Amino acid sequence: MSAHTDVQHGHDDEHDHDDGASHATLRGYLTGFVLAAILTIIPFWLVMSGGFEKSSTTAIVVLAFATVQIVVHVIYFLHMDTKSQGGWNMLALIFTLVLVVITLSGSIWIMYHLNHNMMPSMMQDPRNLP
Amino acid sequence: MSKSPDLTTLIFGRLTWDAIPLHVPILLWTFIAVMLGAVAVLGALTYFRLWGYLWREWFTSIDHKKIGIMYIVLGLVMLLRGFADAIMMRLQQAISFGHSVGYLPPEHYDQIFTAHGVIMILFVAMPLVTGIMNYVVPLQIGARDVAFPFLNNFSFWMTTAGALLVMMSLFVGEFARTGWLAYPPLSGIAQSPDVGVDYYIWALQIAGVGTLLSGINLLVTIVKMRAPGMRLMKMPMFVWTALCTNVLIVAAFPVLTAVLALLALDRYVGTNFFTTVLGGNAMMYVNLIWIWGHPEVYILILPAFGIFSEVVPTFSRKRLFGYASMVYASVVITVLAYLVWLHHFFTMGSGASVNSFFGITTMIISIPTGAKLFNWLFTMYRGRITFEVPMLWTIAFMVTFTLGGMTGVMLAVPPADFALHNSLFLVAHFHNVIIGGVLFGLFAGINFWFPKAFGFRLDPFWGKCSFWFWVTGFYFAFMPLYVLGMMGVTRRLSHFDDPSLQIWFQIAAFGAVLIALGILCMLIQFYVSFRRREALRDHTGDPWDARTLEWSTSSPPPVYNFAFTPQIHDTDAWWQMKQHNYRRPVDGFLAIHMPKNTGAGIILAGISMVFGFAMIWHMWLLVALSFLALLVVAIGHTFNYERDYYIPADEVTRVEALRTEQLASHV
Repeated sequence: MSAHTDVQHGHDDEHDHDDGASHATLRGYLTGFVLAAILTIIPFWLVMSGGFEKSSTTAIVVLAFATVQIVVHVIYFLHMDTKSQGGWNMLALIFTLVLVVITLSGSIWIMYHLNHNMMPSMMQDPRNLP
Repeated sequence: MSKSPDLTTLIFGRLTWDAIPLHVPILLWTFIAVMLGAVAVLGALTYFRLWGYLWREWFTSIDHKKIGIMYIVLGLVMLLRGFADAIMMRLQQAISFGHSVGYLPPEHYDQIFTAHGVIMILFVAMPLVTGIMNYVVPLQIGARDVAFPFLNNFSFWMTTAGALLVMMSLFVGEFARTGWLAYPPLSGIAQSPDVGVDYYIWALQIAGVGTLLSGINLLVTIVKMRAPGMRLMKMPMFVWTALCTNVLIVAAFPVLTAVLALLALDRYVGTNFFTTVLGGNAMMYVNLIWIWGHPEVYILILPAFGIFSEVVPTFSRKRLFGYASMVYASVVITVLAYLVWLHHFFTMGSGASVNSFFGITTMIISIPTGAKLFNWLFTMYRGRITFEVPMLWTIAFMVTFTLGGMTGVMLAVPPADFALHNSLFLVAHFHNVIIGGVLFGLFAGINFWFPKAFGFRLDPFWGKCSFWFWVTGFYFAFMPLYVLGMMGVTRRLSHFDDPSLQIWFQIAAFGAVLIALGILCMLIQFYVSFRRREALRDHTGDPWDARTLEWSTSSPPPVYNFAFTPQIHDTDAWWQMKQHNYRRPVDGFLAIHMPKNTGAGIILAGISMVFGFAMIWHMWLLVALSFLALLVVAIGHTFNYERDYYIPADEVTRVEALRTEQLASHV
C-alpha cells in the first residue's frame, strides 16, 4: 500500500502549492504528471503481475486508483479549488458529483432490481401456476 | 451498408419515389395545402422585398430580444402542427367504434401520436420557454445581452433545424411509430427498419445541441452578468426559476444525447445496447431516457412558475409573498427532479423497495410545489387584484394545476400506478399539468410581456375569448379521459370495440374543438392587436405598473437595453426605483460596446440539417460532404475577428432623447 502514502503526499503538496500560486505553474503540472503516471503504473502492474488472487479485488483496487486519478486531474490540470470563480466552480463540481452519484447508483440499483424480478425462473412461474 | 455500391445508392441512399406519400390522400392534400401556403408566403416575402430585411435584422441577429421573439414564433407555428395532430387523434377516437375503423389507418395513427408528443414537448413548449427566458432574463438582470450572443443565435437555428426535420418527415418518408420516447426494442432496427425512428433520433440530436448550448448560455448570463447590487437573493423570481431550469438543462440533456447516440449505434452499426439478444437490455434505455425525461418536465414547469411569480405580484399590487421560500422551493424541486425518474416505469419489474423509494420522493415534490401555490394565494390575499388577461391565465392555472398535481400524487402510489399505468388516466394527468401549468403560464407570459416586446398591448377582448375557450375546452377534452382511464382504457389505441365508451370520446373531441377555437381566437388577437396598435400603444414602457427591471426600459427596449447599467437595491428593483422618484439619466451617455450580427449560426444549423437528413436516408456521400462543410464553416467562423462594434454616444443620446420626448408627451 505504498500508493496510499503517495496519494497523501499528493494532497499535502497541493495544499502548500495553493497558497503559493493559484494558477498554472510548471511545478503544478509536473506534480500532476508524476502523480498521474504513478497512479497509472500501479494498476497496470497489478493487472499484469496478477497481484491479487481474486479478480474482483483487483477490479476494486483499480477503480479506487481511477478515482484518485480523477481527483489529481481535477486539481492539477483543471485547477479546481474552492476559490476559483468565487466558489461557483466548486459548487458546480459538487452538484455534478451529486447528480452523477444519483444517476449511477440509482441506475445500478434499479437495473439490479429489474433483473432480480425478471430472472428466467420468475418468468416461468405464471406458466407453471395453473 | 448497401448491397451494390452503385452511384444511385451512394447519392440517394434509401430515398426513392416510394418515400413520397402520393398514395395517402390525407397526406397528399396536406402536402398540396402546405406547398400552396409556402409558395404564397415566399412569394409575398419576395414581392415585398423582405428577404434582405429578414436576413439582416432577424435571421443573423444576435440580439437576445429578437432571438427570443423568433423562438416564440417557432413555438407558436409548431403549436399549430402539434394541435393538428391532436385534433386528428380526437376525431379518430370519437368515430372509430365497432364496425367503423375511422379515417386513419393504424400505422398513420401511430405516427401521429408520436409526432404530437415529440412536437408539443420539444418544439412547442421548449422553444416557448427558451424564448421567454431569452427575452426576459437579460432585461430583468440589467444586462445588455446574453453571455455568448453568437451561441444564442446558433442555438435557435439548431432547434429550428430539428423542428424542420420533423416537419419534413411528414412528406418525405415517415415519422416514428413508437411513442414519443421511442422505447426499444420497438424502436430498434429489427422492429422499425424504416426511416421513422432515424428522423426522431436526428431531429432530437440536432435540436438537443441547441437546447444544451442555450442552457449553458443563460446559466452563465445569470451567474456572471447581473447588474451591480443584484445579489442572488435579490434576483427576480423569474430569473431564479430560469437559473434552476438551465441548471437542469445542462445536467439532463447530455443524458438524452448519450442515450439517443447508443440507440443510433444499435440501428446504424449493429451494436446491442438495447436489443433483446447478445446481452442487450432495452430496460436500460427506459431507465436512461427517463433520467433525462423527468427533469425535462421540470425544465418546462419551473419557468412557468417564474412567470406566475411575476404576474401575481404585478396584478395584485403587492410584493411577492414568501420570496425566500419560493427560492428554496425552486431549488428543492431542481434537486428532487433527479430523484424520481423511476415513477415513469413502476410496472417494469422493480421490487417493493425501489418502487416505494421513488414513490415517496415523488410525493415529496408536491410539498415545495404546494408551498409555491400558497405563496401565490397569500400574495393575492388582500391585494388590489386587476383581472387582466395574464392574471386570468394565472388563476386558471392555480385551479387546473392543483387538480393535475393531485392526480399526480395518486399516480405516485405504486399500487395505484399498477392499475393506472399507460391508461388514459395518465394521459389526462400529464396534459392536465402541462397544459394547465406550462401552457397557461406561457400564455400568461406572452400576454404579460408582449407590450414590452412590441410596444403595444394585446387586445384584451380576444385574449379573454381565447382564455375561456382554452380553459373550458381543456376541461371538456381531458376530464372524460380521467373517467375512461379509471375504467381501464389504455392509451394509444386507434380503435375501440365497446360502444359504451364512445360518448366520452365524443365529449373529448368536443373539447378539442373548443381548444381549436381558443387557438383561433389567439391568432385573431394577434391580428386585431396589430391593427389597433395605435390605440393599444404603450408609451411609458411600463403598461402594467409592474415591479421588475425590464419595465424601466422603453417598449420595445433599445438595442442596448440600458443606456446605463442600473444599480439594484431591492428584489422589485423597478418598483423600488419608482417609490424613490427615480429620474432617468438624460445626458452624459457613453458609446456602448455591442456584438455584431453574423450568419454563421444559420449556416451551421442549415448544414447540420442536411447532415441529419443524409444520415436518415443513408446518403453516405452527402453525409461526408456535409460533415466536412460543417467543420470548414465552424473553423472558418473562428477567423471572423469583426465580432463587435460600438454604438456611438451620439446615437445613444438620440435614442434616449426620443424616449424623453415620448415620455413627456404622454404623462
